[in-house]
Amino acid sequence: MLKGGRSLERQISLKSGVRVQDALERLGHEVIAIDVGHDLVARLREASPDVAFVALHGRDGEDGTVQELLEAVGIPYTGSGVSACIRCADKVIAKHHMLDAGIPTPDFFAFNETAFKELGAADALPAIEQRLGFPLVVKPSNQGSALGIKLAREAKDVPGALVAAFSYGDKVLLERHVDGRDLAVSVLDRDGGGEPLVLPVVEAIPHEDDRYEARYEIGRTDFVCPAELSAEVADRARELALHVWNVLGCAGFARIDLMLDEHSGELLVLEANAIPGLTATSLLPQAAEAAGIGFDELIGRVVELAL
Amino acid sequence: MRTRAPGGHRLVTATSAGRRTSRDLERYAGLFAKRTQVMRSSAMRDLMALTERSDIISLAGGLPDTSSFPAESFASIMSRVAVDSCARSLQYGPTEGLAVLKSCIADVMAEEGTQIDAEDVLVTTGGQQVIDLVCKTLIDPGDVIIAEAPTYPGAVPTFCSYEAEVIQIAGDEDGMRIDELERTLAELAEQGRSPKFIYTVPTFQNPSGTTMSLPRRRRLVEVIRERELLALEDNPYGLLRYEGDPLPTLYSLDGGDFVIYLGTFSKILSPGVRLGWSVGPRPVLDKMNVGKQAADLCSSSLTQFFVAAYFASGRWQDYVHSLKEIYRRRRDVMLDALAECFGPECTWTHPQGGLFIWATLPDYIDTTDLLARALDQHVAFVPGRAAYLDGRGANSMRLNFSGVGEADIREGVRRIGEVVREQIELYGTLTGTVPAVTPAHEPAPAQPDAALADVLHLPAPAPSPTLPTRRRRPGASEG
Repeated sequence: MLKGGRSLERQISLKSGVRVQDALERLGHEVIAIDVGHDLVARLREASPDVAFVALHGRDGEDGTVQELLEAVGIPYTGSGVSACIRCADKVIAKHHMLDAGIPTPDFFAFNETAFKELGAADALPAIEQRLGFPLVVKPSNQGSALGIKLAREAKDVPGALVAAFSYGDKVLLERHVDGRDLAVSVLDRDGGGEPLVLPVVEAIPHEDDRYEARYEIGRTDFVCPAELSAEVADRARELALHVWNVLGCAGFARIDLMLDEHSGELLVLEANAIPGLTATSLLPQAAEAAGIGFDELIGRVVELAL
Repeated sequence: MRTRAPGGHRLVTATSAGRRTSRDLERYAGLFAKRTQVMRSSAMRDLMALTERSDIISLAGGLPDTSSFPAESFASIMSRVAVDSCARSLQYGPTEGLAVLKSCIADVMAEEGTQIDAEDVLVTTGGQQVIDLVCKTLIDPGDVIIAEAPTYPGAVPTFCSYEAEVIQIAGDEDGMRIDELERTLAELAEQGRSPKFIYTVPTFQNPSGTTMSLPRRRRLVEVIRERELLALEDNPYGLLRYEGDPLPTLYSLDGGDFVIYLGTFSKILSPGVRLGWSVGPRPVLDKMNVGKQAADLCSSSLTQFFVAAYFASGRWQDYVHSLKEIYRRRRDVMLDALAECFGPECTWTHPQGGLFIWATLPDYIDTTDLLARALDQHVAFVPGRAAYLDGRGANSMRLNFSGVGEADIREGVRRIGEVVREQIELYGTLTGTVPAVTPAHEPAPAQPDAALADVLHLPAPAPSPTLPTRRRRPGASEG
């Protein structure tokens, strides 16, 4: 069971890890927990497990790096393969795949630091701002949690928001802000193949404006599962999630985050998470439970799928 | 070869016993007190947890250097405790603390020119407990506490957990602005309100490192005496002065009528002994004593005897002196490094003592985000927001110089200076104040990536009625 690591989401991963380890032990597995660090390969070789449960979030663990190492060492692992991890971890790549497949995602532009430093991309900001409108969202392309996400309300907020987003990585995106409801659809592969199971839609209703702060804490976000949506909207959300899953090539499990635009009623896909949170307040376990799949069964199934 | 659990990786069906579900957690959440809503765990706390990694130069801590305490002294003190007070050190003690420790505390305060009667001391479990007990004694939900801006980050969760409304008064190089304090008090009075207490770290403040001037100290004491308000004087660093003349404590200026004094052994001996103390108006201290009884019955007898034995050895002043020598050098190293590595856009304080320097960057830099970049460079600091309850402080940072060696201070500040400079340059490029440059050394990427390619498809700067839409791959399906 791989947990922790050096990403900014280390703490969340440690929380996920504790729960997963408990579940695996209750299921009768022998669990070797590894806090991922410099000695990862050596420890994997020494442990020589049947399967690695990857309970990492963010850089290294969710972006295909650890998966590539597991491939190299020849250890089966849970969740998506290297290529799907790469596609999901980079929001820009994921959004381009969605666009190409005709999946609605909020309009955006993305640049790396070089574009601004060497290609004068700053001159394009007024046109971008006009196209996306205000407020607009500025976010790092590779950050799994909400760290570094800033809402720019007017043009003068944009440079500072970009500087902040570049603190987390080399690529940032400017995205149209969608006012509306925060939905998540988790998808779970089925034993023995076939169409994956699309779990009920969860709606996250934060008590405060700051979604990230609230979401990881008990009692500060209300989760409604299944979300109170018309059958038509719920079906459409689940259909979109499955489409994203297929387009990005996910396996095992994944969570797709969407917005329901309160003005147009349109559903838009924000991103896909190759390794969804598995903490006490995470969305995937809640959705599974609403579908009658308890946490242990969920974890057991994810492991079984990897073997 | 490792043995595997029976059945290998074959899964067994979980029984309902021992299963935990998110619904159970909702059940707990329903039991939480309302005040837990404001007891914040945050993204920043998760970030701060990363600063404790061993490969990080952390200027984020507030740790004293305990490595210079001689192990032989520790051993001989412990032997003395074992011989002289074995049974008593293993026993409960009085809630207000052991008399033998109280007389040590009177000695420490006398060293700073504050005379007290050892009888009047309440021994606590660290200075932090004093903050908690003062809140417990004085604060009902919605009551006002006045604090400095910035304030000690460790006091913030305590104030929040008692559901206080905290008003922060700006400071400058002479400490809290008393004129602003008076204005705030007048405004509150118009609303028929009054703060329950004014919280201040007047000497080498955490986090700013600044010290309240003597005129402001006198004026603050006048203000609280005129209005019959209480002040909590938090003074962990007073004896760690590296230059300049000592100033009288607020407690000594006031005579103990309206000032509650907080002291601690954490910075002059050890935070591990978890011993602090309070002196103040008797009725307040008596209530705090009742609160302490409810909280922990008494502070550790073992460490109280340890500290008393240490003081009996007569060397505590020498040890404080040796700490001051170490910290003064480290402070100077940090100030030199800042002058060298932080650009003219940045400012920082020049503390005459204590453990911290407070640096302020241009207002477009958010130090919480900057910390993510700094962690990539294996260096950490405390983002300024941690010292405010109102979102201010985003472009400041607290730097600690007591807990790391001189070489690490130099290298840590150099790395932070580098990421700050990168951000300043980037901002300049984004706002057109600095022209985009082609660096001589960095080769351009061989192929522009997908995101960069978007530059080529941007709409023209002059707005046209129909803005172009993103090009799609031929054959891409719709909807």
